[in-house]
Amino acid sequence: MQHEIIIAGFGGQGVLSMGKILAYSGLMEGKEVSWYPSYGPEQRGGTANVTVILSDERISSPVLNEFDIAIVLNQPSLEKFEKTVKTGGILIYDGYGITQKPTRKDIRIFEIDAMNTATKEGNAKAFNMIVLGGMLKTTPMVKRESVMAGLKKSLPERHHKLLPMNEKAIMRGMELIQEVK
Amino acid sequence: MAEEVKLMKGNEAIAHAAIRYGVDGYFGYPITPQSEIMETLMDEKPWETTGMVVLQAESEVAAINMVYGGAACGKRVMTSSSSPGISLKLEGISYMAGAELPGLIINVMRGGPGLGTIQPSQADYFQTVKGGGHGDYRLITLAPASVQEMADHVALGFDLSFKYNNPAMILADGVIGQMMEKVILPEQKTRRTEEEIRKAQPWAALGKSADRERNVVTSLELDSAAMEQNNLRFQKKYKTIEENEVLYEELLCDDADYLIVAFGSASRISQKAIQMARNEGIKVGLFRPITLWPYPAKALNAYKEKVKGILTVELNAGQMIEDVKLAVECKTQVEHYGRLGGIVPTPQDVLSALKEKLIK
Repeated sequence: MQHEIIIAGFGGQGVLSMGKILAYSGLMEGKEVSWYPSYGPEQRGGTANVTVILSDERISSPVLNEFDIAIVLNQPSLEKFEKTVKTGGILIYDGYGITQKPTRKDIRIFEIDAMNTATKEGNAKAFNMIVLGGMLKTTPMVKRESVMAGLKKSLPERHHKLLPMNEKAIMRGMELIQEVK
Repeated sequence: MAEEVKLMKGNEAIAHAAIRYGVDGYFGYPITPQSEIMETLMDEKPWETTGMVVLQAESEVAAINMVYGGAACGKRVMTSSSSPGISLKLEGISYMAGAELPGLIINVMRGGPGLGTIQPSQADYFQTVKGGGHGDYRLITLAPASVQEMADHVALGFDLSFKYNNPAMILADGVIGQMMEKVILPEQKTRRTEEEIRKAQPWAALGKSADRERNVVTSLELDSAAMEQNNLRFQKKYKTIEENEVLYEELLCDDADYLIVAFGSASRISQKAIQMARNEGIKVGLFRPITLWPYPAKALNAYKEKVKGILTVELNAGQMIEDVKLAVECKTQVEHYGRLGGIVPTPQDVLSALKEKLIK
């Protein structure tokens, strides 16, 4: 089984770290993983994206042209990556950053109200964990315990006090995500 | 104790592997996309554990000359940079080759020419394997295709470089440097004592003892006849390296009608393209040079009458293709596909190019 995922949004939205936590979660389950970021000037202000692959077998290319799941957190990312979702695949977006909604009929589309919720509940920093939780609801590719173990592994010890808050955000994301029909 | 599997970037793997190999010194100057090498070393503070020196020099030129100095003392020393920075180091690399000094240089390539871009590229192939610096010298060149190989090639590069008293290079690119994968790091070795160095590198300039002549480390020889002898000695050494140190990987080549030849990140992308092609019934194999110099020409030559065509996939305008054509003596069709200036092709791009250029 192989999951090929792209996460894209504005620099600073936590796109790369969301991918990193997902990759660590795969590592916790003994899966093969790869994490390949867009790096460089687009990280500040422009769009940033990261390709994450979780697989039971050796991974060939870390660079892909189509994905099982695309998470798009702003309009430029939606325009760039909607067309790269495989037929039958999943597109997840946060309505906060989207002015023109996705139009494809051959994929499953989910909306998650993560940014507004995170801000309203005074937890803006956990925005990306809400989105990650939403994705895991659509495709439980790793167990929640593995995500928590992955988080612990990827966070420096001084941030471990934030773990419960992150777990709550993941669970909030699982409640929030809704399929758009 | 079970070895721990870690998740890290290729650049970080190089830094950890260097500490564990017992490297004596790293001298560098930051440049994207390889800055994590020095950043990781600075985070790890190996000067407090193994005694390894980590120093940010005032420039790339200074860094390579620090490597020259450290190497002249028989130490295991290294530097890293990316394309424009490597251009600056070439004078020093030629001097190291001329003085027969070991040392490891890492190039995490980005798009050029000039300052170019910071995105991945393989456009320094010519620069690395065809000279770059002046004079008749060769640079042992390793092309890692995974984070694991980034770690492994540190030891391999140092071993080869000290075996032949010749500089070695790890020629990686932005994809391999920036991506994270699983890696198992080597065991921690202790740094060598000066006594051990004196024994293994009797030429090292570590201070003259009363019982021998002074050691002189130089690439200068104003007597042309003597300089020719030096060159002949180098050439003999290069021939030995070419006969003994070639490394490559073959994947699904046994029944292949077509071959993709690619190194580094291009080989990873090509692997996926090959799976896609095979799903469509096109029998393609991957030939991946691991040493770019010495080039696996002999192994590749075996395919000259076995396959209907070869596609080289490179993140450049067609550089390694020249070595592939020489290897197969142009007895089979050889085409090139590549993207330039920091654009990374997708597996689909490679598959389309394969069909368009070879199968038609």
